[in-house]
Amino acid sequence: MEGAWEIAFVFFQVWLSIVVGLIMLPAMFGVSLGFTDIYIKVLVKTLEWATLRIQRGQKEQAALPSQSANGIIEKDDGSMQEEIGELRRSHPKNLAGGDFTLCDAFYFCKKGIENIVEDQVTQRFTSEELASWNLLTRTNNNFCYISVRLTIIWGLGVFIRYCILLPLSVKNWLSDLVHITCYRICARGLSATIRYHNKENRPKKGGICVANHTSPIDIVILANDGCYAMVGQVHGGLMGVLQRSIVRSCPHVWFERSEMKDRHAVAKRLKDHIADKTKLPILIFPEGTCINNTSVMMFKKGSFEIGGTIYPVAIKYDPQFGDAFWNSAKYNMVSYLLRMMTSWAIVCNVWYLPPMTRQDGEDAVQFANRVKSAIAHQGGLVDLSWDGGLKREKVKESLKEEQQKMYSSMIIGSDFNEASVGPA
Amino acid sequence: MGSRASSLLREEDIEEIKKETGFSHSQITRLYSRFHSLDKGENGALSREDFQRIPELAINPLGDRIINAFFPEGEDQVNFRGFMRTLAHFRPVEDNEKNKDLTSGEPLNSRTNKLHFAFQLYDLDRDDKISRDELLQVLRMMVGVNISDEQLGSIADRTIQEADTNGDMCISFSEFTKVLEKVDVEQKMSIRFLH
Repeated sequence: MEGAWEIAFVFFQVWLSIVVGLIMLPAMFGVSLGFTDIYIKVLVKTLEWATLRIQRGQKEQAALPSQSANGIIEKDDGSMQEEIGELRRSHPKNLAGGDFTLCDAFYFCKKGIENIVEDQVTQRFTSEELASWNLLTRTNNNFCYISVRLTIIWGLGVFIRYCILLPLSVKNWLSDLVHITCYRICARGLSATIRYHNKENRPKKGGICVANHTSPIDIVILANDGCYAMVGQVHGGLMGVLQRSIVRSCPHVWFERSEMKDRHAVAKRLKDHIADKTKLPILIFPEGTCINNTSVMMFKKGSFEIGGTIYPVAIKYDPQFGDAFWNSAKYNMVSYLLRMMTSWAIVCNVWYLPPMTRQDGEDAVQFANRVKSAIAHQGGLVDLSWDGGLKREKVKESLKEEQQKMYSSMIIGSDFNEASVGPA
Repeated sequence: MGSRASSLLREEDIEEIKKETGFSHSQITRLYSRFHSLDKGENGALSREDFQRIPELAINPLGDRIINAFFPEGEDQVNFRGFMRTLAHFRPVEDNEKNKDLTSGEPLNSRTNKLHFAFQLYDLDRDDKISRDELLQVLRMMVGVNISDEQLGSIADRTIQEADTNGDMCISFSEFTKVLEKVDVEQKMSIRFLH
């Protein structure tokens, strides 16, 4: 019995050193042995097979609810004017453009109920639903026992992820603190496959790089292909350790928390940084918070007021292999990293977009929206004007007032003429 | 995300809700996921704050009235049954449903019940009458600060005049129904639920 354990242990050691050697050494030299590509291919085939088996199983058990990536309801996208106009057309007293009818409330009522069932904003702060199961229990609605084979594959998956990928990642991640240029190892540790497009548009010195934000890994992903100066707060704890190790490799612009509140001080320091053409491009995430990678939310105008050239970057993760979204309200950093390391892989596409500058007659907000649209368009994400801050805060009262104003203009319409005529 | 939510909903509950509301099995589970994602306190019931967390609803001028419709008189929490019962008003009216024999009488999504839902948006004190005062308050919600008191007053008066047939200066439910008899309520107060 003991002999068997010893042999197993030796095998384990040999195997571990082979695998580590195959990952760490090439990483340090920036060479890819193509293993990740093969790994990904095998993964895709397995997942497709698994999905087919589940679908077949589902057809047999009709009671299983089908999980669709589409919405719950189909909405009408008419404007307030159109919808209320239609309502009023069937009203007996057909008053041309204006005045109030009792059925006006139907419009607000229907819109309200639709938003209760499904709204554009709250869904951005939770993980994307997948059309097919990716063998991670965390993403499946009902893990039902479909077949022995599937369960075995799932079990194997658990084993691989927790016993193989995880120790590797941890080991790689620890050595990362020692080797300061080891973003590549980080990426390997996370089993990340990144495809960079349009490298000719890569951010140049003295510019500002803006990207959509899904997770802290975004930084790893971008830093894998270039050196950036980061803007951010000095953190304590685990993040602080990471930060200090990063600082050694590239010059950064760190702020104290109290400094962050002073927008002018921040803007000045950033201006000084980009004025110096030898300094690295600054990396900024204008959304201000992590979004779940299905949409791009409002860009805060601060970074767009500084001037200089903006290099937009679109980052899109493939959700099939692992959900990269960090729901900071739900998970802390450590449990998030753990989830990342035990996912199958992180596959993502990075598009470098051509540089943009603020045009004459365009204010910071318009410029920000223009950049946001470009990024959303490239990444295939929904372009929203809602503020990512809604993750934590209430919506502004002024938006409601806009709605009220719009409606009022529909009522007053013909009323000015009738103001002099009192109620009959 | 509703990954683990559906495990809390039992099959018997789903069947009962199906009978009462007419939603399909898959619609009920999807709406349960939604219910669960709104329920931040994870106590199986929604409060008014949970609804107000939806930004598009928070900016709706009648948002508070709509939220109120979910809560029975004097209560501050709505459970999943109550949630579904209210949403059921907005199911489209299908032809085959008119022949269904339902124990509770009229289905929740009948034309009458849809109209009654809208009526209750105006009827603030739930006394089955819309008074001039109540109408003014709801109008004020819809227009904000953009219209003066006098103008709003005359709009309210004119509206009551059109609808009031028995001269009590209030709009009863039957008067309400009569005024809106030509409006396509079935379509305007229905939401197209998928699958």
